[in-house]
Amino acid sequence: MLSRTADSLYWLGRYMERAGNTARALQVALREAGMGGGRPARGESWRALLLTSGDLALLHASGVGAAEIIRHLVMDRANPSSIQSCIEASRQNARQVRTALTVDMWEAVNDTWDQMRRRGGAMPSADDLPGFLDWVKRQTILFNGAYDDTMLRDEAWRFVRLGTMLERADNTARVLHAHAAALSIIGDGTAEDYLNWQAILRSFTALRAYQWVYHGRLEPRRIAELLILRGELPRSMIACHARIEAVLDEIATAHGGRRGECHRRAGEIHARLRFGRVEDIFSQGLEAFLNEMLARNIDLGGQIAEFYLHN
Amino acid sequence: MAEPIKAFDEMGEPAAARAAYAEIARWLAATPTAQLERKRQEAELLFRRIGVTFAVYGEGGDPERLIPFDIIPRILAWGEWDHLSRGLTQRVRALNMFLADVYGSGEILKAGRIPEALILQNEAYRPEMRGVTPPGGIYVHIAGIDVVRTDAAQFHVLEDNCRTPSGVSYMLEGREAMLRLFPGLCAAHRIAPVSHYPADLLETLMSVAPPACRGLPRVVLLTPGSYNSAYYEHCFLADEMGVEVVEGQDLFVEDRVVFMRTTAGPQRVDVIYRRIDDDYLDPAAFRADSMLGVRGLMEAYRAGNVTLANAPGGGIADDKAVYPYVPEMVRFYLGEEPILANVPTYLCERDADRAYVLEHLQELVVKLTKGSGGYGMLVGPHSTTEQRAEFAARIKANPADYIAQPTLALSTVPTFTGKGTAPRHVDLRPFVLSGAATRIVPGGLTRVALREGSLVVNSSQGGGTKDTWVLAPDAPC
Repeated sequence: MLSRTADSLYWLGRYMERAGNTARALQVALREAGMGGGRPARGESWRALLLTSGDLALLHASGVGAAEIIRHLVMDRANPSSIQSCIEASRQNARQVRTALTVDMWEAVNDTWDQMRRRGGAMPSADDLPGFLDWVKRQTILFNGAYDDTMLRDEAWRFVRLGTMLERADNTARVLHAHAAALSIIGDGTAEDYLNWQAILRSFTALRAYQWVYHGRLEPRRIAELLILRGELPRSMIACHARIEAVLDEIATAHGGRRGECHRRAGEIHARLRFGRVEDIFSQGLEAFLNEMLARNIDLGGQIAEFYLHN
Repeated sequence: MAEPIKAFDEMGEPAAARAAYAEIARWLAATPTAQLERKRQEAELLFRRIGVTFAVYGEGGDPERLIPFDIIPRILAWGEWDHLSRGLTQRVRALNMFLADVYGSGEILKAGRIPEALILQNEAYRPEMRGVTPPGGIYVHIAGIDVVRTDAAQFHVLEDNCRTPSGVSYMLEGREAMLRLFPGLCAAHRIAPVSHYPADLLETLMSVAPPACRGLPRVVLLTPGSYNSAYYEHCFLADEMGVEVVEGQDLFVEDRVVFMRTTAGPQRVDVIYRRIDDDYLDPAAFRADSMLGVRGLMEAYRAGNVTLANAPGGGIADDKAVYPYVPEMVRFYLGEEPILANVPTYLCERDADRAYVLEHLQELVVKLTKGSGGYGMLVGPHSTTEQRAEFAARIKANPADYIAQPTLALSTVPTFTGKGTAPRHVDLRPFVLSGAATRIVPGGLTRVALREGSLVVNSSQGGGTKDTWVLAPDAPC
């Protein structure tokens, strides 16, 4: 396969996943803002939201209100990770490789883009925002289902999948990193802390999953364990990295065993998670561990690009 | 607009239609207009859905346009086609020999049969090609020769296209559409098939792989990208041939060998069917600002490590000022009389020709030597006094830029107008493939001027296309 084609498929997967992740994060922040109750206007969730999306400038700017943050994350074309930008980038990548996609897949991307275009850049009203974010999330799930259900299990599928999984792994690490302080609290914490912990799990639609796994009150270490080390949660870091390693392996097998540095590093990250223990993560320090993982993700993305996409 | 031009109608009077059109005349007489209109709409929907569009950017309106498709086929009897195809083969052989000659020892120039300055000082002449011998001595692997008809016996070549001729996808999709829309009518004729064109093209391209190539040659199609007006055709042909469509950025040259960037690592490329102009092929050899090409491509080409189809520099063979000499090429290289005639052409650069042109502007068609697509031309009988005055001034200012030809009464073919059928002027672009063998699929792309009386068939000027049916030899006609 042409490297340029693989590159487009990979970024198609990444941008669709990113659009969904931004929508999830915003939903959680809105819910918290809605709880109000005298909490500061720019509470923990907003801070974490901007930390997750990497918008440090906005985070430190004074006088930036919630409305502005929301617009920045939903419609701002200058923000490459806004929902609008992600959908446009997905569609552009899809168009480049139109013949490599199935009809269902193309329609999922093209319809999303078309409906977004019809908004003409208009922000949803405050009351419509939750419904809009739900729609974005549903469209990304539709896209994931469309490609998983209809694509041949060939190289094209593998590169979309690689994009989805690397973006997802990175998102999980970022969200946890933004909440590292809240998760490093020892003991029961305050009522406020408890709300934050719930919010973290909600970002992954994992609040109920937590109950099914642990059958008890929320505890920061268990939250971290679930989201980092438990393979049964599809958005956990280990689940994503297991898939990244597997898919890289399949690509290598199809190329007669041709492997590069990206294969070694993907295996290394996966091994670290497979054999890691939550106690060790916390004795290293959660934030330090996540910093390391974020750096490894960036490095892995670079190695994949070098070996397959821009060779 | 002046009086309509009296033209030869290929069907003839409906009551006494020419033999090849007998079935079509019966069918037209028996089919109500409303039904034809329904079929026209169906055809449009079909083309929309497949996505057979040509992209026009920067002119406003819908950037993905549909070329109108006329549902009434144009018919050629086997005898007519046979004559035409022999003429085309002869002509393209001569054009290839001419290119080998002017980039080699220049015999035809030494013999004084073509003025040396016309070739060597022509912008289309590429000194970079001097001394390069492409595999098999073939320069023009894919030629689109525009042919017009003026009466039952006479075909004229209007133009040779030796660079990157397009339109073959319309020929193929047009046939598919007709088979779906009118299975009965198709079955009532013995139509020579065209659907093997992509296979012929691939074989042609493989047959001219560089001698250094081992194993099955790897062929790619090089496109300027999705903003090019013929991008649909590029993807269509590549898909049909089962080869990659690449952009310049997908290729690179190392040690004078061309590679394609793939997920399995660099893969050597042997033959490039390029659909980008010479100027943009290689920033190191031609235009330095080209973002579309591949740096070092020409060096790899000169080293004999890759074949470019068509070869760079082919434009000197289809230059409008060189065109009048093509019959001379046929005589010089093949020792034969040309089977197909040229249209008499006046080169405004020559004093006597220019004087005649300026005197007779009202009867002539004036064209830019560097123009294409029907732009920058004057159709004398359809022109106003002001337009003629403007062209006269332009010709005097830059005589070398203009040629003139008599206004030909292009033949007409019945065409659906929405209200019924009426004769409309047509031309024909057959595609001639040259490799180890010369092949032409029977027929080609018929372009039709849809506006009443118009002689300009270019799609940018209100032209459409028709399916072209060559009736197989044992057809009853």
